[in-house]
Formats: sequence, C-alpha cells, structure tokens
Amino acid sequence: MNLDAKIPDGPMAEKWDNHRFAMKLVNPANKRKYKVIVVGTGLAGASAAATMAELGYNVENYCYQDSARRAHSIAAQGGINAAKNYQNDGDSIYRLFYDTVKGGDFRSREANVYRLAQVSNAIIDQCVAQGVPFAREYGGQLANRSFGGAQVSRTFYARGQTGQQLLLGAYSALMRQVAAGTVKLVPRSEMLDLVVIDGRARGIIVRDMVTGRIYPAFGDAVVLATGGYGNVFYLSTNAMGCNVTAAYRAYKRGAGFANPCYMQIHPTCIPVTGDHQSKLTLMSESLRNDGRVWVPKAVGDKRAPNDIPEAERDYYLERRYPSFGNLVPRDVASRAAKQVCDEGRGVGATGLAVYLDFADAIKRLGRSAIEQRYGNLFHMYHKITDEDPYTMPMRIFPAVHYTMGGLWVDYNLMSTIPGLHVLGEANFSDHGANRLGASALMQGLADGYFVIPYTIGHYFGSNTFDPIDGEHPAFQEAAQAAGSRLQKLLDVKGSRSVDSFHRDLGHIMWTHCGMSRKREGLETALKEIPKLREEFWRDVRVPGSGDQLNVSLEKAGRVADFLEFSEIVVRDALAREESCGGHFREEHQTPEGEAKRDDENFSHVAVWEYKGDNEEPVMHKEQLTFDLVKPSVRSYK
Amino acid sequence: MHLTLHVWRQKSANDKGRLVQYEVDNISSDMSFLEMLDVFNESLIAKGEEPVAFDHDCREGICGACSLVINGIPHGPDEGTTVCQLHMRRFKDGDTIYIEPWRAKAFPVIRDLIVDRTAFDRIQQAGGFITINTGGAPDANALPIAKTEADLAMDAAACIGCGACVAACPNASAMLFVGAKVSQFLHLPQGHPERARRVKAMVEQMDAEGFGNCTNHYECMAACPKEIDVRVIAELNLEFMKAKISGRE
Ligand SMILES: Cc1cc2nc3c(=O)[nH]c(=O)nc-3n(C[C@H](O)[C@H](O)[C@H](O)COP(=O)(O)OP(=O)(O)OC[C@H]3O[C@@H](n4cnc5c(N)ncnc54)[C@H](O)[C@@H]3O)c2cc1C
Ligand code: FES
Repeated sequence: MNLDAKIPDGPMAEKWDNHRFAMKLVNPANKRKYKVIVVGTGLAGASAAATMAELGYNVENYCYQDSARRAHSIAAQGGINAAKNYQNDGDSIYRLFYDTVKGGDFRSREANVYRLAQVSNAIIDQCVAQGVPFAREYGGQLANRSFGGAQVSRTFYARGQTGQQLLLGAYSALMRQVAAGTVKLVPRSEMLDLVVIDGRARGIIVRDMVTGRIYPAFGDAVVLATGGYGNVFYLSTNAMGCNVTAAYRAYKRGAGFANPCYMQIHPTCIPVTGDHQSKLTLMSESLRNDGRVWVPKAVGDKRAPNDIPEAERDYYLERRYPSFGNLVPRDVASRAAKQVCDEGRGVGATGLAVYLDFADAIKRLGRSAIEQRYGNLFHMYHKITDEDPYTMPMRIFPAVHYTMGGLWVDYNLMSTIPGLHVLGEANFSDHGANRLGASALMQGLADGYFVIPYTIGHYFGSNTFDPIDGEHPAFQEAAQAAGSRLQKLLDVKGSRSVDSFHRDLGHIMWTHCGMSRKREGLETALKEIPKLREEFWRDVRVPGSGDQLNVSLEKAGRVADFLEFSEIVVRDALAREESCGGHFREEHQTPEGEAKRDDENFSHVAVWEYKGDNEEPVMHKEQLTFDLVKPSVRSYK
Repeated sequence: MHLTLHVWRQKSANDKGRLVQYEVDNISSDMSFLEMLDVFNESLIAKGEEPVAFDHDCREGICGACSLVINGIPHGPDEGTTVCQLHMRRFKDGDTIYIEPWRAKAFPVIRDLIVDRTAFDRIQQAGGFITINTGGAPDANALPIAKTEADLAMDAAACIGCGACVAACPNASAMLFVGAKVSQFLHLPQGHPERARRVKAMVEQMDAEGFGNCTNHYECMAACPKEIDVRVIAELNLEFMKAKISGRE
C-alpha cells in the first residue's frame, strides 16, 4: 500500500501556495467534459459539489436524506473556528495550527493542519458573503466565543445553530448550481459500493431508496463526503442514518482505513435514561464557557444538588487543570468525568452523570444574558429531561460524538485508490487523536470549498480517461453483488430485528472499546463481534421486499457493515499500545491517571488494508514527522 | 403505559392508504415520541409485519426530517417542538393517538408517514441563494451589519424546512417557508442586489408546485417548531409587491 502523503516542498507557510502553482490545471472549456460523483451533501459534500460545479465540472451529488439540507452537519451547535484574530487576543494562523496539532495529541499531519489554519479565514468570508447570519456585536462586527483547548476567542457562531446556518449556506450554493443544470442532485439514494476500473475509482452503485432500483453512477472521479461512523456504538450524538457503509465499501475495494480507533467521546451529553434510548443528545461545548462542572466530594452523596454546600462540592476540572479549568479539551474532560463516576461520585439515578452548573454565571451575568447565549440549548435540555437548568444544574455524561479516524488521504485528499477523494469527517486527515471543538465544520468547509476544487483539477490534468459507462462489466458485477447481498438479508427470515443486533454491537463496543480500553477487553470484543455477526446473518428478520421503500432493509445493510467494520476498530485499538487523545489504554497512564503517549513507537498513522473476508487485515504505517511543533506532554494544568 | 394508535398505512404512492388501529404496551414517559414508535415497530417486526415508515434523522429538532401529524396537529401538542423532541410524558396511560402524514397536494405520500417534500428544494433552486462563487469574498468584517438586523435575519433563518407550516395551513400554503428565506436575505445587505428577482422567482415556483395562498389563518406560525413569526409573510408580500411595481429584474 503506497502511503506517500505527497506533502509539497518548501517552508510550511508556503507549501500550499507552492502546490497550487505546481498543480496541473484543466482548461475552462474542457472542465465540463469531466464528471465527478460526489456522495454526501453535508458541509464537505455540498461545498465541494457546488464549488466544482461553479468551476465548470459536471457533478452528480447523492445523499440518503430526502433533502440535501438535512445532512448531519445541520446538527452542529457550537461554532466554527478561524484565525481571524478579530478579538486582538493573540490569535494567528500559527496559533490555530499549533492548538490543533497539540489538541490532536501530536498524531496529525503538520502540513495538512497548517493548510487548514491558512484557509480558515476565507471560509468565514465566504459564508458571510452567502448570507450566513453569524452572531454580531452591537457595532455590527462579528462576535466570537471560546471553545475547549484554546485560550483565544476564535469561534464564530449563529446562536446554537451554527451547523444549520453553514449548511444552508452551502446548500444554497448547491441549489444555485442545480438550477443552473451543472449539478444533478439525487436525494434518497444510498451508495452501496464503489467501482474501481483499471485501478481507478470510476463510480458507485446506488440504491434508489424509494423504488429499490439498484443502478450504476459513473464518472471520472469519486468524492466521498459521507460523514463519520460513530453509530458503530449504536448510541451516539450522530443522526440515526449516519453509517460507515460508503467508507467501508471503499475500504473493501482497496482504500486504506486510517486510525479507526480514534473516536471522540464528547463530555457534555444528556445521560442515558433506559433501554429504549435511540440516540444521545449533545449539549454544546460552548456551555463550558459559563457552566462549572462538579460532583459531590463524598462518595454516594445522594442529596439534591442545590442542598450540597459549596465546601462539599468538587469542581474537579478547575482543581486538576487550573489554567484551562472547565475548558480543557474533550478527551480530558470526558475521562475526568468517567473517573469521578468510577469512584462512585457520579450523580442522578444511574450514578453515570456529573453536574454542569450555571448558578454562578446567572448570578454574575444575569439570567437574560445566559438566555441570550444558550436559550435554545436550555430549552432542549428542559424538553428532554423535564428539569429546568436555570434553577437546577444540568446532568451530563460523555457520549460518542465524532470519529477522527477515516479513510486515509494524501495532501490532495486522495485515498489509496486513485480517483477516490475523501472529504470531511469521512477522512482521517487533520485532527489526529482528538479533535478540538469547532474544528470539524472548519475542516469540512476547507476541504470542500478550498482544497478539492484545486486538487481534483490536478488529478484530471495528470491523467487520461477511457470513456466508460454503466454497461462496463465492473459496474454490472458490483450492482449484481449489491442486489444479492440485500436479497440475502431479506431471505434470512430469522427472529430478531436489526435494531436488536445493532444495540448488542453497541454494547460490546462501549464496554470494551469505549472511553477506556485494555488488552483483555479488546480481545474479548474480538471474540464477541464475529459471534454476533454470525448470529445476525443466521437470525435477522427483515420484513418486506427490496423493490420498495424498506426502512428495515436500509438499516440491515448498514448494521451488516458495522458488524464487520467494528472489528478493525478493535484491532486498531489493540495495536496502539499507548494512550493518545481519545484513545486511552489503561495499561498506558501516568500515576495521576493522565494519558501516556509513546512517541518513539507510535508516532504514526495506522492504515488498515483489506485482504479478503476470511483474512486478517494488514496494518501499514505512515510515519509522522514534526518540523514546527515539538511533541511534548500535552498539559492543560 | 398502554396506548391505542391509529396509524396511516400506505404501501406506496399509488396505494390508497388507510388508518389502522394498533395497541402498544410498555411505553415509558421518558421516551420520545419517536422512541415510542421504535418500540411499536419492534413489536410489529416481532409479529412478522412491516414496520411503519416515517422520516427522521437527527432526533434533536434541527434536521427537519420528522414530520408527523399527531391528533390533527403537525408535530403534536407541544409548542415550538418537533415531533422528535416531543416526549411521552405529554400523554397518559390509555390515550388514543392518531398519527398521520403531512397532507398537502404538493407533498404526495411516498409510503406510510413519509411524504415527498422536494417541492421545497425546487423553490430554493428558483432563488433561495445569494449569487456568489467560492473565493474572492471580501473580509467578513468589511461589511458591518447592525445586531438588530442580523438578529432578524437569524430569526428567519432558523426555519428547518420541515413543512409543518404547509401541513397546518387550511390552504396548504408555503408562505411561511418562502417568507423565511426572503426575510433572511432582506435583513442582510448581501441579499439586496437580487431581491426583486429572488422574490418573484420563488413565489412563481411556489405557485407552480401547487401550494395554496395565505388567507391569514396563522396556523403555520402555531405549528412551526422554530416559532417563525408571520411577520415574514408580511415581508414576503411587501417584497413581492415592490418587485412587481418596480418591474426590476
Ligand atoms: C450534535 C453534533 C454537534 C456538533 N457540533 C459541532 C460544532 O459545533 N462545531 C464543529 O466544528 N463540529 C461539530 N460537530 C461535528 C460536525 O458537525 C461534523 O463532523 C461535520 O458536520 C461532518 O460533516 P460532513 O460533511 O463530513 O458529513 P455529514 O454532514 O455527516 O454528511 C454526510 C453526508 O453523506 C451522506 N451519506 C452518508 N452515507 C451515505 C451513503 N451510504 N450513501 C449516500 N449518501 C450517504 C448523507 O446523506 C449526508 O449528506 C458536531 C457533530 C454533532 C453530531
Ligand atoms: S428528526 Fe431531525 S428534526 Fe426531528
């Protein structure tokens, strides 16, 4: 497997500029002759599809929702980072780069992160020009807030709906291109496979989710922007439809899967209430700007929060990390919450929660200021829990939220399969072992607006393409195989629902491969997953038929992929004998319980290669080098 | 708790469809309405029947996918709430609940509780954007926008495109939805150069899709999970008049 990251020469700050000059261009009149298949209409997919179409390429864009505007990016609440330094508080491109590399626990690629920081400012400009209604100060200037892992205010936001506003910006650009006839948009369609011809990605197999028709979509390049795979845990903050199918099918066709074990557990989510739970709801990280996290000092203290006097509370983040306090990065905050709950100091009925308390902020700033800042989040919390956070501290607990791992890509965002490009959460590129808040929106839009439009041209300009169409045997075979796989699921006619298997898989993953991991548990998971998979294919019940809208069948296909993919997540967690970012191995910690990295042996990207259904996948390494930021013990004390 | 459900079942767009009565048990008040439907669907699957199909995705009230009429009210009885955020503590043991899809000519049923809302996308395609290519935008702070105006734009932009406004309106009008987009760009200077063309094109498309006219019932505002104010309809009307009179493109 060739893992050449193709990082351009030159000083860090000039790499992207040099590369943009060195890349091949496609003559404007020729652009419409190239067809790009884009899967996904989230921030990454919509921005990429719209921008490539503006340039003149011929674009087809697929998503599984009924409208492009409903991609999961819509749910992002808190904000988007940029190095504008509007607050004059010491921010710069270099600082955003530095914070992101450090926040990622020195497991990301410097050159990619630097480029991300460089284009961050243009993203904000672009969004404002599109009419994204960011929050503003009375003077009419843009407002900022702080997010975890940073000591400057660089996060732009639109109430608690930043994701929705940014996505509607990208969606409106996309709609404009659809009207212009340059983008063919195909919602309610699911990608079931990738088609590779003569070593290059040339298209995908699609299922029309309304009629059940399975057909080929072909072109000259494929762009996957299909989001993250957090739902391998069943419960997560992701939308119900989020899946790994597109990325996993690409992996089975030869794309390397990088760092699958890196996932982010978000510290502030509404705790689980029972078995019926279908998803977990995030309470934005921005709340930690004003909320204080605490648990009772005493084990088993069951008093109501407001009856526990100040002196008997442990504001453990402020105590352990005085310089960052409640704004430590997510991995650190989540682990600290788990530790206090493990000690028996958790709160609420299950003991699996900590308090996030706004009483001081309300006293200091007044209720209306807090309402202005977080009104919709408080409303949502109240709705779900039936408790009023203005008078009672919120109860929160960590939940699976984001996947830093993803398909391996080089500096041009191309995977190990030529022609297959991967953007947004679906790739592995910029966040290392832990993502900082408000950086995913930035990355998705950077990839889509400002990187792929250049690099795709370079790919087209550097290659010649034989004309193909859907009749090509590779398409016919793949479509056939996808159809028979679905039929096989329908034919099992067993006794258990798809959801029940998904829930069991989630349980295995959360128990053995969740917030903290150890060899024994991971080995257990490696035994339990194949057993569950075998049972799934023997006993799953998928009612209905394939030639209609069939929700159970859609889920069955996704869960079948999760049941295979979960194994590489566990293998990766097992192979990484260190703790870094979101990956915490109990065997590797300091006496104070902090994560212990091993730079000597693990300063690499672990890239998994598929070898066949009955073979073990093989791991390859991309060595990471750090020219600007010296890896150090990440300290937020 | 135990509930009696009357659920709209329709196999496909061409099928006639009808309400079917079911009984469901073991519902806890902590469940969301959609989790109740999950439990109910599991019971159907256990009996070998096909589960009820409904649209949903984020389950946090923001994607606009969920779209159920509950006892005659789009998104159910809670104000400012999507059905995915509605909780069963709002109901009591023994209740009877009617669950139906959005009903409007422009939103044909695809299956059970799922309707086709692509008409909304086509309205956006007609003019719901600011014409600007990627790249070359001026510095974001070069154009100050008064907070009050930015807030009004944001109020309108909060629309999640779920279509409850249409489902609630006796005329199946989409004026709240279209007004929200027009209003967002009206309160931002970036939106001004194209305002006449935008409003005309969006209204024209809205009519072509078969949405009805607004006759001031304001049911849309009552049903809107984001509580978009009907002021956006007034703004839409005014903009439309101005565009017509000025004859500007
Ligand atoms: C609740 C929540 C809050 C968040 N808040 C923030 C925040 O404040 N700041 C921040 O920076 N980040 C935040 N994040 C993270 C961020 O929102 C996501 O990482 C980012 O939006 C992902 O964008 P994307 O374009 O890569 O993928 P998505 O937006 O997930 O889009 C995926 C697209 O792929 C399509 N798709 C997927 N699979 C298939 C398939 N098999 N076939 C066809 N189509 C498919 C989907 O239809 C969809 O269009 C948050 C995430 C969550 C869950
Ligand atoms: S499921 Fe997204 S708004 Fe209800």
